[in-house]
Amino acid sequence: MSYADTHEHHHDDHDHKPTGLGRWLFSTNHKDIGTMYLVFALIMFFIGGAMAMVVRAELFQPGMQYVDPQFFNAMTTMHALVMIFGVIMPAGVGLANWMVPMMIGAPDMALPRMNNMSFWILPFAFTMLLATFFMEGGAPAGGWTMYPPLITQLGEGFPFLIFTVHFLGVSSIMGAINIIATIFNMRAPGMGFMQLPLFVWTWIITAFLLIASMPVLAGAVTMLLTDKYFGTSFFIAAGGGDPVMFQHIFWFFGHPEVYILILPAFGIVSQIIPTFSRKPLFGYESMVYATAAIAFLSFFVWAHHMFTVGMPLAGELFFMYATMSIAVPTGVKVFNWIATMWRGAMTFETPMLFALSFVFLFSIGGFSGLMLGITPADFQYHDTYFVVAHFHYVLVTGALFALMGGAYFWLPKWTGHMYDEKLGQLHFWLSVISVNVLFFPQHFLGLAGMPRRIPDYAVQFTEWNMISSVGGFVFGISQLLFVWVIIKCIREGKKADEQVWEGARGLEWTLPSPPPFHTFTIPPKVDEATAHS
Amino acid sequence: MSAGYMKKIRGAVISLFVLAAQPAWAEYGLNMPEGVTPLSRNIYDLHMLIFYICCVIAAVVFGIMFWSIFRHRKSRGVTAAQFHHNTTVEIIWTAIPMLILILMAVPATKSLILIESTGDSDLTIKITGHQWRWHYQYIEEDFGFFSSLAPESNEARQLKSGIDPGGIENYLLEVDNPVVVPVNTKIRFMTTASDVIHSWWVPALGWKRDSIPGFINESWAIIEEEGTYRGQCAELCGRDHAFMPIVLKAVSEDEYYDWAGDMMVAVMDAEAGADREWAMDELMERGEQVYSTFCVACHQVNGMGIPGAFKPLVGSPVTTGPLDGHIDTVMNGVAGTAMAPFGMQLNDVDIASVITYERNSWGNDLGDLAQPSMIAERR
Repeated sequence: MSYADTHEHHHDDHDHKPTGLGRWLFSTNHKDIGTMYLVFALIMFFIGGAMAMVVRAELFQPGMQYVDPQFFNAMTTMHALVMIFGVIMPAGVGLANWMVPMMIGAPDMALPRMNNMSFWILPFAFTMLLATFFMEGGAPAGGWTMYPPLITQLGEGFPFLIFTVHFLGVSSIMGAINIIATIFNMRAPGMGFMQLPLFVWTWIITAFLLIASMPVLAGAVTMLLTDKYFGTSFFIAAGGGDPVMFQHIFWFFGHPEVYILILPAFGIVSQIIPTFSRKPLFGYESMVYATAAIAFLSFFVWAHHMFTVGMPLAGELFFMYATMSIAVPTGVKVFNWIATMWRGAMTFETPMLFALSFVFLFSIGGFSGLMLGITPADFQYHDTYFVVAHFHYVLVTGALFALMGGAYFWLPKWTGHMYDEKLGQLHFWLSVISVNVLFFPQHFLGLAGMPRRIPDYAVQFTEWNMISSVGGFVFGISQLLFVWVIIKCIREGKKADEQVWEGARGLEWTLPSPPPFHTFTIPPKVDEATAHS
Repeated sequence: MSAGYMKKIRGAVISLFVLAAQPAWAEYGLNMPEGVTPLSRNIYDLHMLIFYICCVIAAVVFGIMFWSIFRHRKSRGVTAAQFHHNTTVEIIWTAIPMLILILMAVPATKSLILIESTGDSDLTIKITGHQWRWHYQYIEEDFGFFSSLAPESNEARQLKSGIDPGGIENYLLEVDNPVVVPVNTKIRFMTTASDVIHSWWVPALGWKRDSIPGFINESWAIIEEEGTYRGQCAELCGRDHAFMPIVLKAVSEDEYYDWAGDMMVAVMDAEAGADREWAMDELMERGEQVYSTFCVACHQVNGMGIPGAFKPLVGSPVTTGPLDGHIDTVMNGVAGTAMAPFGMQLNDVDIASVITYERNSWGNDLGDLAQPSMIAERR
């Protein structure tokens, strides 16, 4: 069963597309909206990246060379907000928009108008957030976690920060509802839940995490807002409030949030590895259950972000055990990926290189995560560069590398052109080497006693910081190559066929490359050959 | 950039390539310090145990993965097997990690119980975090003092100061008044804060503990070796978070009692004179000292503040307005901003003198002065 069979019998005007600015502003097409999400994420990636470059430049050597400490704090804070909410999340949603309907044989998302809205909120939200740089008091500088009382010392940018978070929450929740509605209602006949590609599964689970956690964040920041402007004392000790309660509420959102960032990455890797191993995914069912288990457990581990606030012993023990237990389903996923490679016939195109480095480097982030989960040891690690190294391993070499692998994987499908494999591999090798030079020494810095979020440091930390900064600059510059590869692919890449990759399986590979504006207007029939597992 | 830095850059680049070479390790801190307390050694051992377990798991898992990458590649002419399921191995690789985790959890639980045993202490120190300095209160002896970044470091860390940090001993890790404790004594540390959340961390003690407004957290240490141990604030607390270090001096019991006696006398001296009239030049002189310790980080040496972040004092409605309003602002702070209520931190003479200084410096020339008695009235 292929797209062509249904296509020939139905000559409706499904390749008619609107033109000009209106095509993008008023778009209800999942492919166009997916493209906009991805382009938006790419632009924000360079904005957030530029902030990281400022941080690494200031930390290149001890002493204050370039920026005021307050501005430095704004850089670390805004870097995090931009990268989390402006890059990883929109990129994940962009991939879901493009791929979920094509993977389940649906003509579009279930709620196209809402899809348009959930994207177009983002540029306005981030304009508002970035505008705080020009306001009295400057941009948010209290850390992306917005802990009170510090965050309430922010000047006129404060309400803009709060409303940005509200807008991002609204956008995410609408996106999540849309994804759930699409997957639950618009699967092609014959495609049961256990036939869904793993990328689709990870997005179902991610969408539920979003719906459960984003309103909690919205509540927490609203309480900050009323504390500052309307005389409440939710988090003000002097008024009978509790600053630690904010941390509990924030991390009740914040821990599921880290899985919101990583689960779609798991999904992408689970598509790429079987394709380039030319072998079905090993342990499909256990992969689905492991993902669900991770998501479920993510609601019971939040306090491991705040072991040092002084919890009772019983609380510390509970959150330590719960945190350690997440290693089990995460391990299952890693073992399944390796078992998928085992006795396959692997080739190493750029998507596969990113996926393999994901498995390797994400696991390193997993090991340091396990170490951080051991409460007594965390009393040393907490709020040091060890933590910075840990979460950059899981978010950069984890989430971001998977997204990049996904972009290379599906780029020929989206554009109809192959990217330049040599340049792609060059981008990969530059990135993977420099990212380790950038983040690996930060483990040592943290263990040796360097706190995070400081613009200046004692001289014994100089050497590792210099090495880290050099890695950072190379990593930053290497990403320009990524943009060049994409532009070159669109403009002059070789024509791609519908299959693209020899080992690719699934409905999206039955469509022409690029797919027509509207696809699967007649649902395909799913059988053994096209189903994923 | 000084020659020292060029050397360091060169050193850093070279060591990138010869990291395995033994001498290069010497100046690069790689691991957690073992510390000097029973807790810190316990935590260090736990850290190393977990680290080694992770290394073994990594060696096995990555070994299999790389074996597969080298052997099962299409270029070697292999055909892909098509197996995709095996319940037995799924159960095995769920169960084994669980057992390993239980093995890790046992020593971790023991450690944690030990860490939380704060009872039976011989000495109690209350640590209060302020933006951006620490205050130490010795509860039994009933004296206390502020501990701020040492002046040499403070000068060098200003933006584009041109001073080479390499030339300053213990750059950013030196204070004016270190906290002194006796060795081989169970010390209870109670941490809290006056404005925002800070975190008190001396790695040699093995732990950090947040200091939070409205809370008092307890931790303990028995320091077994005399020496000077350094640390930093570990929780982001605003602009000068990086510049509120901790210096802890562990001395013999005799030395400690000598020091504590001196401190009690010094505290009495500082509070002396609160009940007499002070002259303008006395207040100005003392005010400048207080200003350069407590106010200068935000409002700057020239009183101009930092545009957009911290208000100027030159010609401001507070410093050039009615004296009452000025006293109120300094004593009670401004809610929702970084301006702290200094009434709780400073004594009457200090507040009176700093207000007088602010009203008569940098072109402010009101000529009026605040007396310590005026502050006492408002307490």
